[in-house]
Amino acid sequence: MKQFTSNPFYKFILFPIGQMAVFVLGASLALSVLIILLAYIFRSSITANFDLVERTLLILPQVLINGITIGFVYATIALGYTMVYGVLEFINFSHSEIFMVGGIVGVELMAYFDHTGALETMNQYVVIALAVLLAMIISGTLAVTIERVAYKPLRNAPRLVPLISAIGMSFFLQDAVRLILSLTTGEFNVILPNFGTFDEFLVLAVPGIEAPLRFQIKSMLLIGVAVVMLVGLNFLVNGTKIGKAIRAVAQDRPSASLMGINVNLIISITFLVGGALGGAAGVLFALKVTRLDPFVGFFPGLKAFTAAVLGGIGNLTGALLGGLVLGLLESFGASYLSIFTNGAFGAEYKDILAFAVLILVLILRPSGLLGQTVAQKA
Amino acid sequence: MKTFFTELFKKANKGPWPLIITLSLLLVGTITVYQSPRSLTAFLTLMLCPLMLYFLKINSKVKLFIGLLLVIVIVPVLGIRNIFYLEVIFQMAVFAALALGLNIVIGMAGLLDLGYVAFYAVGAYTWAIFGSKQLSLLHSIPGAAPAGAAFALAPEWFWLFLFLGVGLAALAGILLGLPVLRLRGDYLAIVTLGFGEVIRVLALNLDKPINLTNGPQGITPIQRPPLPPDFILDPIRQLLAPVVGHAVTDAQLYNVFFYFLALIVILVAIMVARRLEDSKIGRAWTAIREDETAAIAMGIPLVRLKLAAFAAGASFAGCMGVVYAANRTFVSPETFSFLQSIGVLTMVILGGLGSIPGVIFGAAVVVLLNIQILQNFSLYLSELRQGDTVIPIINFAWKNLSNQLDPAKYQKLVFGIILVVMMIYRPSGLIPAERRQRELAEETE
Repeated sequence: MKQFTSNPFYKFILFPIGQMAVFVLGASLALSVLIILLAYIFRSSITANFDLVERTLLILPQVLINGITIGFVYATIALGYTMVYGVLEFINFSHSEIFMVGGIVGVELMAYFDHTGALETMNQYVVIALAVLLAMIISGTLAVTIERVAYKPLRNAPRLVPLISAIGMSFFLQDAVRLILSLTTGEFNVILPNFGTFDEFLVLAVPGIEAPLRFQIKSMLLIGVAVVMLVGLNFLVNGTKIGKAIRAVAQDRPSASLMGINVNLIISITFLVGGALGGAAGVLFALKVTRLDPFVGFFPGLKAFTAAVLGGIGNLTGALLGGLVLGLLESFGASYLSIFTNGAFGAEYKDILAFAVLILVLILRPSGLLGQTVAQKA
Repeated sequence: MKTFFTELFKKANKGPWPLIITLSLLLVGTITVYQSPRSLTAFLTLMLCPLMLYFLKINSKVKLFIGLLLVIVIVPVLGIRNIFYLEVIFQMAVFAALALGLNIVIGMAGLLDLGYVAFYAVGAYTWAIFGSKQLSLLHSIPGAAPAGAAFALAPEWFWLFLFLGVGLAALAGILLGLPVLRLRGDYLAIVTLGFGEVIRVLALNLDKPINLTNGPQGITPIQRPPLPPDFILDPIRQLLAPVVGHAVTDAQLYNVFFYFLALIVILVAIMVARRLEDSKIGRAWTAIREDETAAIAMGIPLVRLKLAAFAAGASFAGCMGVVYAANRTFVSPETFSFLQSIGVLTMVILGGLGSIPGVIFGAAVVVLLNIQILQNFSLYLSELRQGDTVIPIINFAWKNLSNQLDPAKYQKLVFGIILVVMMIYRPSGLIPAERRQRELAEETE
């Protein structure tokens, strides 16, 4: 058993992927069972002329896939929030804008390729990889700059002060990006150029289910890139010396500095990594929704924060689980809410669902699903 | 640099100088605004008067006289000549009341509330639903309302609804406060932000199954309270006509009416806030803000006081919401967005957390910034776009500047910069409350 768990291949690749698979399967199963039970319970209260259970089962696979896709995006953003919180005990409000900037940078790169005609000749996956890489670099740098400018001078101030500074920074970034876009392109929506085979479906006919399962290649790519990044992050935090330093600073900052760790450098590196993840998530999100504007970071950022809290803030695995659960919940809510309530409440309430989840988690289990109870500090 | 200004201020504050400065500002301001109603500098000169009254050392009776002269005579007359100024002052009064309310929640009790605009929305929609035809349209689809629907209540009910708005908003405050009692600063901020968004989405979407808020189209028309009867108004009209230069219409009189109403509400709000600050409740809030654990050890009932803070803060917003709905005769969910919450937060931060004159000043500055300065900058840019001039160094023709670049819409940028800069350089605000200044300054040393 020991050689099984200490072999790096298993430890850093197989185990995390296995853990993710368990989370995905577990959450999907739990929610599916729940929704089917609810369908049976509410079967008789439907006024329209379809059977609730049948309709539920029909759209269930598609809902699950949507949920997992968006769940991975939320998980990637949530990791940025949770890493910064673990190290500084401070919520980086401007992380949603870092996510947005990453997305816009990636899309602009792809638009540039489109403009120069290189888009047809290059391999589509290479284009995506380049966009993600550029977004990661730019977002990481932006995050470190924000930290230096707006948070470092306030590190010893009472809690309210850096929080308000973060909110201000978030607002400033939204309009600054809008200003830059207006000045350079004349309008502030950026649209993903149409290329590659992303919109096509991989169709699997599974015996026993009426409609064949359709997996959009886009979703597969999203999940794939997210998984690669999460495995990479896990390796960084658990397998490298820098990761050990990050964990040390998160655990006890004065002792870490006594051990010879350069705390300021580690904090900057944390912001860099968190920002890079946010930027990559931005490009993935852009792939999914194909159209970005400077204000697109607000809601996903808020939901990702909810996901981080749901999983246990400060806990990386928790962020992953929280993101998946929240993504699934949102997908279920968007699809089933109008069916179950006869059209009274529709998909427009799915954003409020995240807030409802947040309030419930904070009332019932403030430490989150996987977190330990944090002692109340003054 | 700092000592230069303090020396100058001390010199200006001695002897007959304060009175001379104030009176000359008053005179110059009045005359210039009367002559050129659209000039920004004239308006700012007139606005400097109340500021001088606050800071300079003048005999109290004289201060009171000048203040009353300004408020009751000068501004209404000037306002009838150009409605825009009454509008600006009305907005300043509305946001000052909101800022006072938020000041109670953040400044006095230390609870960071980012969804404050929700209470404003509650107050506004209360009068909107009951003071318009909405109650008789509860089952109609927005946009397909049948003609001939009746108003639910007579306009005189507005006065009752002023108090009802206060009560309902306080109730909403308590409902918000209940789940968030145990949360610390960061989580409290996000949950209150979420609450604000929930109220906005509800206002946007509650047009089915029953049409309560009429969705994104908003509710209109909303009734205004009736003006005082003619035997009071006629002599005023006759007095004002020659001064203003034209006959005074009902719409203009309504503007003056709402201006006075807003001022009265603000005065009541200031009195309430002052009384709260110096009372047992205010001191208990200060204790909670500075050290919650010690406050509990001192026997302070945390739950009751936190709920009281939320309720008190919310009630100011509710009252002003009712006034706002009656003035505008139209409410829509867009007015109650996160931007407005952050706007009120900016006013409180800019003016001074916990300081009553500070937040009023902050509200005035931010409203001026948004309405006057950004608009003027925007107009200036569009003038430049018409012409053929070129930006000097980079040789870029003004004409080619995108139409999207409209400074009046860049409020978020302004708010963001103000918040970050204030937090880094002067966290206790421009007109700080003494206690907070010591509290915030010694930590950032």
